[in-house]
Amino acid sequence: MIPAQFDYVRPDSLAHAFRELASDEDVKVLAGGQSLLPLLRLRLAYPSKLVDVARLPELAGVHDRDDHVFIGALATHDEVMRSAAVRQGCPLVALAAATVADPAVRHRGTFGGSLAHADPAGDLPAVVLALDGVFVARSAEGEREIPAARFFVDYLESALRPGEILTGVKIPKLGDGWGFHYEKFHRTAQAWPIVGVAVAVRRSNGAIQEARIGLANMAPTPLRARAAETALQGTELGDQVRQACGEAATGTAPPADLHAQPDYRRHLARVLTHRAVRTAAGAP
Amino acid sequence: MPRITVTVDGITYQEDVEPRLLLVHLLRERLGRTGTPVGCDTSNCGACTVMLDGKSAKSCSVLAVQADGCDVVTIEGLGANGSMHPMQRAFHEEHALQCGYCTPGMVMAAIDLLRDTPEPSEEAIREGLEGNLCRCTGYCNIVRAVKRGAQEMGQAVRTS
Repeated sequence: MIPAQFDYVRPDSLAHAFRELASDEDVKVLAGGQSLLPLLRLRLAYPSKLVDVARLPELAGVHDRDDHVFIGALATHDEVMRSAAVRQGCPLVALAAATVADPAVRHRGTFGGSLAHADPAGDLPAVVLALDGVFVARSAEGEREIPAARFFVDYLESALRPGEILTGVKIPKLGDGWGFHYEKFHRTAQAWPIVGVAVAVRRSNGAIQEARIGLANMAPTPLRARAAETALQGTELGDQVRQACGEAATGTAPPADLHAQPDYRRHLARVLTHRAVRTAAGAP
Repeated sequence: MPRITVTVDGITYQEDVEPRLLLVHLLRERLGRTGTPVGCDTSNCGACTVMLDGKSAKSCSVLAVQADGCDVVTIEGLGANGSMHPMQRAFHEEHALQCGYCTPGMVMAAIDLLRDTPEPSEEAIREGLEGNLCRCTGYCNIVRAVKRGAQEMGQAVRTS
């Protein structure tokens, strides 16, 4: 379908963008458009005006900083998966970005856009939640930081306020000894995950010392699998890890749709978490 | 109405466009590039893939205004002087199509893949084409064609 009518403006500065955002309550920010354009074409969204921020330099690039990698909101998935800073500082983000949609979508879709879209079925929200990323938002009033645990409020709803623009995300660098994996189950190559699991584990002396697990599509927001994280502490690969991963669906509220019922999603969460933890822990 | 400047297959156009006009409709309905088909409504199928500033993009999921100042190459801009691009020829030789609807997008995605993987394995080809659907189930011949096209493009580079 052809989208409904809207106005379009391409501001030349962030200050200009803030003025445009304040001009009408149905204004929507446009970056790569890889989530928004399909929504417009399906007429699931009727914005009055699109504010195209795609050329604002303040939101671009990936920056390697002391204890974190700052990924600018406009960095494309393609840029993120190839970035040396991301691959070294937060490899889980690079692994997951490489599985987003397909190459053509990754060329245009942006890191910040897919997070601000707050789709619980997205790959990256679960990853940033697992890594305790910090969202940086700016508005005409100034800048504030939002921890990932408070960013995802509800289905397609983030903590961003009207008039705010996500400028980027700080991903803390984990030290030595961590392993990572992103595992998802999907119908077709480029489809959204029915369930996705992002895992970081720290292993020493043969046992898992610490685990962080983010779940995609197991609730109206991405979730941490806290019960499994706790159960995994001190476990060794084998039956102990398998049993601990059996807690992966505890506390979730998976949706029912054409592709899966909640009980099947819970099953997938347990199985995929086990696979992801094993791979992240370096199991053969 | 915004005025945009866009270069398509080497020709620069200035067009007044409605903000909601999609790039694929600009190409087909205003600039006559009907070689780029519209497949789906949801950026799934990849039939409308073009090169946008040198990288593959699904032109049904780009607004014409977003392409302002950009360089677009469609399937019609690949050949030179009436001869086919090596990748087009490889699709022809390997019979990598039945109905042909997905072919322009497949060819563009294949050329995009070769930008950083000039000698792709079968697995890399299948991954590289994951955003392009063929509903005649012709993937085996498509993979063969991309391999052949890659070889011929490699030879063309070496002999030029």
